[in-house]
Amino acid sequence: MSSLFTYTLRIADSSLILGQRMSEWCSNGPTLEEDIAMSNISLDMFGQANGFYQYAAQLDGTKSADELAFRRNEREFFNHQLVEQENRDFGTTMVRNFLHDVFNFLFYTELSKSKDETLSALASKSLKEVKYHLRHSSNWLVRLGDGTGESNTKVQDALKELWMYTGELFEMDNLDTELLNNGIAVDNSALKSEWDSIVNKTLVKAKLTRPEDAYMATGGKKGLHTEYLGFILSEMQFLQRAYPDAKW
Amino acid sequence: MEENATVWEVFIQSKNGLAHKHAGNVHASDKVMALENARELYTRRNEGSCIWVIKSEYIVSSETEDSEAFFDPSNDKMYRHPTFYTMPEGSKHI
Repeated sequence: MSSLFTYTLRIADSSLILGQRMSEWCSNGPTLEEDIAMSNISLDMFGQANGFYQYAAQLDGTKSADELAFRRNEREFFNHQLVEQENRDFGTTMVRNFLHDVFNFLFYTELSKSKDETLSALASKSLKEVKYHLRHSSNWLVRLGDGTGESNTKVQDALKELWMYTGELFEMDNLDTELLNNGIAVDNSALKSEWDSIVNKTLVKAKLTRPEDAYMATGGKKGLHTEYLGFILSEMQFLQRAYPDAKW
Repeated sequence: MEENATVWEVFIQSKNGLAHKHAGNVHASDKVMALENARELYTRRNEGSCIWVIKSEYIVSSETEDSEAFFDPSNDKMYRHPTFYTMPEGSKHI
């Protein structure tokens, strides 16, 4: 596996898994309007994932984008652990998405300057959608945090629980560093201060308290996941596993 | 949200320079949410370049029972249509 292939796959995996999580809201949204908003976001994430999988498939030369999405096991997925966390309630979903949207916004901004033309083009295209996603989740965070006592408690609790999955976003491993030196990859660790600043500003507006940095989970990049990814994959991959190459 | 959600009317401008046309309505509890909901519901298929939302309560509508008094008097006033002028040759879109 080439480094570029793995790097591309990691980006695609985070988009796909967050898209799958958001699709669970389809028909379950708190209002008709919000149901459609979340389904739209889900489809945006699938679109982004598809772009990166197509590129990965082209780099790999043997597997198709569909095979990459539907025929890999849990340990072969490299998404951030944050995106596989459960939706729970609407507030928790918005907190999870907000934390990831801020990262995605900064990440794609940098990736759009990559020396790899395909990654750069995919990043620029994704960035437009991510800007909207960030706007959507930030506004909800403020609305819920600065809403009722109950809504504030719910998002504050969600923030505390999900905080441990934010450390991983800024990790750099050997593969990242190698591609960074070639001008292809993003320096994730350099995104942290800007991420902190956007998150802090929004939390103040939302009357929420930033959790203390404590234990941070890690492993997504190596294919290590929380208990939830397996369940997501078994549902998402069922059809292709049961009826390989099924077409409709 | 249901308790304090109100109805907002949505107007979409399909192209720069054209008038905003009424597209429908959305539920929302504040103007930011109203704008975003309108974006989600009415511009998914590339319909617009600008959105206006306004609380439905601010729209003043004429009543059906007034329609006689409001609109019938203009029925027989043909002279209000500029049909008695000769058009300058070559002018289009008038």
